[in-house]
Formats: sequence, structure tokens, C-alpha cells
Amino acid sequence: MSGFKSLRVRASQGTQYITDLRKAVPAGFRGRPSIAGKPCAPDCTACRDACPTRAIELSPVRLDLGRCVFCSACTEVCPEDKISFTPDPKLGAAEREHLVIEEGMEKRAQVRASAGLSRIFGRSLKMRQVSAGGCNACELELSALANVNFDLQRFGIEWVASPRHADALVLTGPLTRAMKNAVRLAWDAMPEPRFLVAVGACTISGGLYDGATGVERSFLSEVGPALYVPGCPPHPLTFVNAILDFLGIA
Amino acid sequence: MSPETGYHELSTDFPALHCFERELHEQTGLCIAGHPWLKPIRFEGQEQEAMNRYPFHTIEGKEVHEVAVGPIHAGVIEPGSFRFMCQGEKVHHLEIHHGYQHRGVERRLLEGDPLSLTPLVETIAGDTSIGHAWAYCAALEALAGCELDVETDVARAVALELERVAMHLATLSGMAADIGFLQGATTYGRLRTTVINTTMRLCGSRFGRGALRPGRVGMRMSPEALEGIRASIGDLREDLSIIDDCFLSAKTVQHRLSGVGVLTPARASELGMVGVAGRASGIAVDARHRAAAGAYAALAIEPRIFTEGDCLARARVRIAEIEASLVWISEALRMYPGPSGAAKAVDSLAPRALSIALVEGFRGEIVHCLETDDEGRLTHYKVQDPSLRNWMGLAIAVRDNDISDFPICNKSFDLSYCGNDL
Repeated sequence: MSGFKSLRVRASQGTQYITDLRKAVPAGFRGRPSIAGKPCAPDCTACRDACPTRAIELSPVRLDLGRCVFCSACTEVCPEDKISFTPDPKLGAAEREHLVIEEGMEKRAQVRASAGLSRIFGRSLKMRQVSAGGCNACELELSALANVNFDLQRFGIEWVASPRHADALVLTGPLTRAMKNAVRLAWDAMPEPRFLVAVGACTISGGLYDGATGVERSFLSEVGPALYVPGCPPHPLTFVNAILDFLGIA
Repeated sequence: MSPETGYHELSTDFPALHCFERELHEQTGLCIAGHPWLKPIRFEGQEQEAMNRYPFHTIEGKEVHEVAVGPIHAGVIEPGSFRFMCQGEKVHHLEIHHGYQHRGVERRLLEGDPLSLTPLVETIAGDTSIGHAWAYCAALEALAGCELDVETDVARAVALELERVAMHLATLSGMAADIGFLQGATTYGRLRTTVINTTMRLCGSRFGRGALRPGRVGMRMSPEALEGIRASIGDLREDLSIIDDCFLSAKTVQHRLSGVGVLTPARASELGMVGVAGRASGIAVDARHRAAAGAYAALAIEPRIFTEGDCLARARVRIAEIEASLVWISEALRMYPGPSGAAKAVDSLAPRALSIALVEGFRGEIVHCLETDDEGRLTHYKVQDPSLRNWMGLAIAVRDNDISDFPICNKSFDLSYCGNDL
């Protein structure tokens, strides 16, 4: 009887995994911003003033994905409708400056593959996640990478429990003062070769907590991220595309 | 009352006050005379060294040992530290050591434009973005004298119930994984995907970021969108009826959850438990049920109560609440006339006013308390996530349980670390 019920669950589930993660676009997602090349209203600073994380610079209009929390305050105040958000989840970058989007920009630079890391980790990458002030949104999205929909294990990319077993440290949160030592301990416990992935606006730039009293980010200036995955929180597909590009997979 | 003289503690007579007295002492330095345990809630502004030096309770004797866990755990979860005092395999006492997630939220809330705090509020506990955003909006709207139409209120409630369903499914998936019931883990997990993708189609974010703003909602409530919600709910209820039955009738689930991590109704009441953890221990408290106005007054939702207080009861409260929320959303949408007109203006705040908002998030009641000065500027912003109230419940529930049952007990409470640490 219970075997029969199990089969019904299984039949109803069908095949849930996303066949082509590279082509998938999440319907309705507020992803990659696009800044039109048309002129701004005279002396207008509305978008810059409305931004809660100072992600916007003017003339020309530039938006830093490393700071953006995708709240769309800028699009709501712009009299010229210059800024809009597209559902495109491809937002990652291997260089910090590639996270900046400029008006009229046709295409973002793709994440540059690291030949060395691709050779070593291209078919097997073990990741240890550490949250240091993360609000559990980034953490839940990273957990989702291992669920039946995204199934990142299909590429040999997996979460591990111990930093001793990890090749990559995936950080979330703005880095709290109280987690400074623990993050350092986790990093020091990882064998070489290893690299750091910064996930979400908080880790990349401090985001909404840049300069907050409980935040201490010296670890990030000592150990620079090799890969940036922006968002608030990043969609699992943002992470998927960034890590696959970085390792030169598919 | 002078900070030096203070007052005599109340926690011994009313244990539910322990977290408030400890927080009051930590944040203001107020003397609370005779208090048995003024341990900081979150070690605000202190370095990790100070947290390491803090003297835990100790235990001495034969077959006695201590186990330290955290702050980093063996999973993709938030940091927090637990110190177990054990006799053999049995937990004698658990001391919870929090503060690793402390970012300085309350201070930051006073630094920005009080009318534009939603993105920050949405990250107080990022899995409760809608619950906290609603508490902020409601408190602010009260200060601005802004009254919302019922359309806006219903749209917010739909978002809140979707958040509840999604997070209850996440907890059930985690509980199933922790006891090795893999069909439950994968099925509840993928059903959660259906729910959060529904939320994303409404507001652009799987966590409801941007769904609520002061005076309005940022949700696409078009007829097609509403049809999408109905279709999702239909699919969900069909699959849930099968997997719930599988889960609850499995011998392995009953054996691993029944009688484990018991918090008796008497103890839960003494500790002032709220939300799911309270309702699993017989406490009929649900802020939605007490609502005097708005969507929940128009369409009531009864609290789901169990009295066993064990891990199974906490799972069953969630299963019952998922079904209740899905039914509620369906009925609310049937009455929903469509998106309201213009947003209500929220501009100037009343001077010398105090505003308290209460929202029943998926863990329990969320409280935001705002106070203005003579000029109508924000001078105080106090945030209370239900986790602050409930962590002690977990510590008491694991007593006399096997230490190996801690993960499932912890998951059954599923409390927020950052919501506690702020």
C-alpha cells in the first residue's frame, strides 16, 4: 500500500530537473538591469538619490551590480524610463570592474574562464559555504542548487561539510565582526589550490550593511574573490552560469 | 528610574521575560538587580574573542562531557554556537550562544530615510522578507495616518501566506532529509520551488523582495497572474495530499519524530513561546486570528493547535497550516476585486508618536515598534523576530534527549539566527 503511494508521488513528480541550465530564463525574475542610451532629464539625479546602496553613478549612467539589491527604486523614480530590469540571470564576473553596467552597453562581458582552475576542477569541484551575516536568502538559494530542479551535481559540483574537503569557499553575508575569526579558520583549513566566491551584494560590497556597526570586512581585502555572483539574493541560475563559465564547462 | 539603580528582575517569576531583560541590559546597560543570567543575547559590538571568553555553564561528574558545535555548521546554513552538557549520550542542558550574525540592523534603520527602509527591512531575516516588510509598512502607515484599501491588504496577505507555505515546505523538506526520508525531502523541496516561483512571477523575487512598499504593493495582480496562482495552488494541493499521507503514515517518520524534543504546554506557556512552536505545544496564539481589521478580519483563519509538543507536532502544525493557507488564498482571490487604484501617500510622520505593528510570519509573531520625536523624525526602531522568543524553547526541549537527536529538534523549531542577532 505504501509502495503504491510512493509510486504515485514519483509519477506526479515526473522529471523536474531543468534540462538546459544555460538556456533557462526565470519568468518574471528581476535580473540584469539594462540602461537605455537615451539622454537623462536635465540635472536629474533621481535614480542616484533613490538607490539604497549607492550603486549608481551619473553621466554616463553606470550601475554597479556588486552593490545593486534589485529593489527597482531607480526605475520607479526615473522620468525617462532609462533603467529597466530584464529576467536575464547571467550576472556573474571574474573581475570586480566587470560588474559595472553602463548606459548604451550592448553586451556584458562573459565570466572569463580560468584555464588553470578549469584543468584542475573542471570535472569535480567541492564547495564549502560559510555565511557571515547572511540573511538566509542567499543561503537558501545556494541550497537550492542541489535540489531536483537545478541538480548542480550533474557537473560534479557539490557542497561538502568540511573545509578540509573543499576547493572553493562560497561566502555570503557582509562579514560580521563576530565571524571574522571563523571565516579565517575555514579558509586556512582548506588545502591549495583553492579559491573564494563572493555571493550576493552583501559579500561583494557590503551592500545594505556597508559600514554597519557589526561589520568587519578585512578578510576580503586579504583574500580577494576569484568569482563574483551578484544579486539580493542571486537566483540559482546566476550562480550556475557564473561557475560553469568560470570553470569552462559546457 | 536611574540606569544605576535599575529595578529588581522579573525573569525568575516570569521566565518568558528572560530574553527581554537580557536584551534591555545589553542594549542600555540598565541595572537589573538579582537577575540570574544576564548573558548577552547577541554580544553587540564585541569581538569574537569576547564571545569565546564568555563562561558557559559547566557540568561535573562521572560520564559527564561537553560538546561544542559551531559557529560554522556542517551545512549551507547560518552560523550560531551550541554548547551541550551531556551525561553519556543524554543532553543534560544546552546553552545557546548567539551573536555571530549581528550586523547592526537597528542602528542602521535609524540612519536612512525612514520612508525608504523596505530593502533593508527585507533582509532583517531574509527568509521572512514579506513578514518583516509588512510589519514595517504597517507601523509606518499608522504613523503617517495612512489607511489602506482592502485590495492592498488582501494582496499583502496573499504574499504573506505564500511565504508561509514556501518556508513551511522548506522546513518539512529539511526535517525529512534529517531523518533520511528522502522522498519527503525531494518532494517537499520541489513543491517549495513551485511556490517561490509563483511569488517571483508576482513581484520579481523568489523571496518577495519588492512585493510590499509603504502605502502600496509592488505586485503584478493582473487576471493572468491570479489565474497563475490558482493553477499553482491546484497542483500543490493535489501533490501535497499524497506526500503528506506518505510522510505521516511512514513508520520511520513516526519513530524518529514522535516523543522527540518534547516541550510540554506548561513549559511552553511559561517560556512565552509564539508561532508554530507555541501552537505545537497547545498555545492558541496566532496574530492573524486576533486581527481586528483587514484581510484576516474579512476572511478568518483559525489557528492549528496540537498539544504533544514534540517534533512530530511541529511538523503537523506546518502541514495543517500549509493546507489552511492554500485554502485561504483560494477563497481570498475569489473575493478579490482586482488591483486597487493609486498608492496611498506616506509622507510625514506624526510627532511624539509610538506605533507597534504585529504580523504573524511563518515562524510566529513579528513585532516592529517605531517612535518619533517632536519633529516627526524616527528616534527608535525596535525589531522583534519570533526567534528571539523561541530559542530558549529549543534549549529546554532537547534536555534528556539523545544528543544525536539535536539536528532534528533544531530543524523542527527552524528558528532564525540573523533575526535573533539583528
